[in-house]
Amino acid sequence: MKPAAFKYFRASTTEEALQHLEAHPGSKVLAGGQSLVPLMNFRLSRPEVLVDINGVDELNRLSVEGGEVRIGALVRHQQLAESVDVARAVPVLSTAAQHIGHWAIRNRGTIGGSVAHADPASELPAALVALNGSVVLRSAAGERRLPADEFFQGFFNTALQDGDLIVELRIPVSKSRFGFSEVVRRPGDFALVGAYIERAGSSGAVTWFGLSGRPERLPVDAWPQGESDRRALLERLVGALPVDESEDYKRAMAVNVAERAYHQAEGEK
Amino acid sequence: MADERVEVVLQVNGREHRLEVSPRWTLSDVLRHQLGLIGTHVGCEQGVCGACTVLLDGEPVRSCLMFAVQAQGQHITTVEGITPENGLSPLQEAFRAHHALQCGYCTPGMLLTAQALLDRDPNPSEETIREALTGNLCRCTGYQFIVDAVLAARGQGRGA
Repeated sequence: MKPAAFKYFRASTTEEALQHLEAHPGSKVLAGGQSLVPLMNFRLSRPEVLVDINGVDELNRLSVEGGEVRIGALVRHQQLAESVDVARAVPVLSTAAQHIGHWAIRNRGTIGGSVAHADPASELPAALVALNGSVVLRSAAGERRLPADEFFQGFFNTALQDGDLIVELRIPVSKSRFGFSEVVRRPGDFALVGAYIERAGSSGAVTWFGLSGRPERLPVDAWPQGESDRRALLERLVGALPVDESEDYKRAMAVNVAERAYHQAEGEK
Repeated sequence: MADERVEVVLQVNGREHRLEVSPRWTLSDVLRHQLGLIGTHVGCEQGVCGACTVLLDGEPVRSCLMFAVQAQGQHITTVEGITPENGLSPLQEAFRAHHALQCGYCTPGMLLTAQALLDRDPNPSEETIREALTGNLCRCTGYQFIVDAVLAARGQGRGA
């Protein structure tokens, strides 16, 4: 099918984008379009106004400064996957970015768009939760910063309000070691289940995605050394998550991906 | 809502086109219907199949997931743009020689993705080729012959 008609505005500054969003309630931000345009092609989404932010250069910055990785909303997944600075500061983020969609999708898809779309099986929102990142939002009323855990509220549901523009993601550079693993039917697909593991000395956390409505980060006080004890712990943790009955099989899968991610974290420098 | 028209200037295969388009028209539809470049195939319209892949400033993108107005001022290459005036490019010749197509529906997208890969890495490994092509579906060949063709086209450039 073809998208319904809409009014199109092209913004060249953040201010201009915010003015359009403010002036047209119900308008949508058009960034990479890799989630929004399929929805529009199927008329599952029929926004009357689109505000194209692809020309807003200030949203396209990627830097590591002040102990944080700062990723502008318009940074493409491929940029993230290929950034040497990111690979040095937060290697697991590079690894995960390479698993987002396919090459052609990564060339267009933006990190702001992925976070706004909040697919529960998507790699990037889960990375933000696993890495204790936050989302910087701007609206006509000003700027605010939300921790990932508050930003993602449920199935395709976020704290974004009408008139909000995602401007940046911030991810602290951590001393912890991280691992990432996922199960997909075909390369480039959304994950059936995926996991990030954090190892901070003997403690850490596991963050699962694709299991319930949003990525869930569960702290671990002490990682058991032995595999069977570790699996028992992971089983207990995943057992407490709300997983749809028809997807009960994913619990076993979740333990396996977490175990794999644990070993990957061991190898991370 | 009235279907308004806006002006857009597209650089397609090295030629400038000044067009009146509706903002809701995807790049794939404008290439096909306004410019007659029907080598760009439209399969799924949801970014899965890769048949509509074109190069945007040299990088592969889905032309069904972009509105034509968004391509203002950018350089677009379609399969027509990588085809020499006479005959075939080395990559296209390799596709022919290795039976890398049957029905041909996925071929333009395959060619553009593979060409973009060879442009950035003239000598990719089989694994790199397979990884680059994961975003293009083929329901005929089973992929092996496509991979064989790209392997055979390594190091030959785009040709005349």
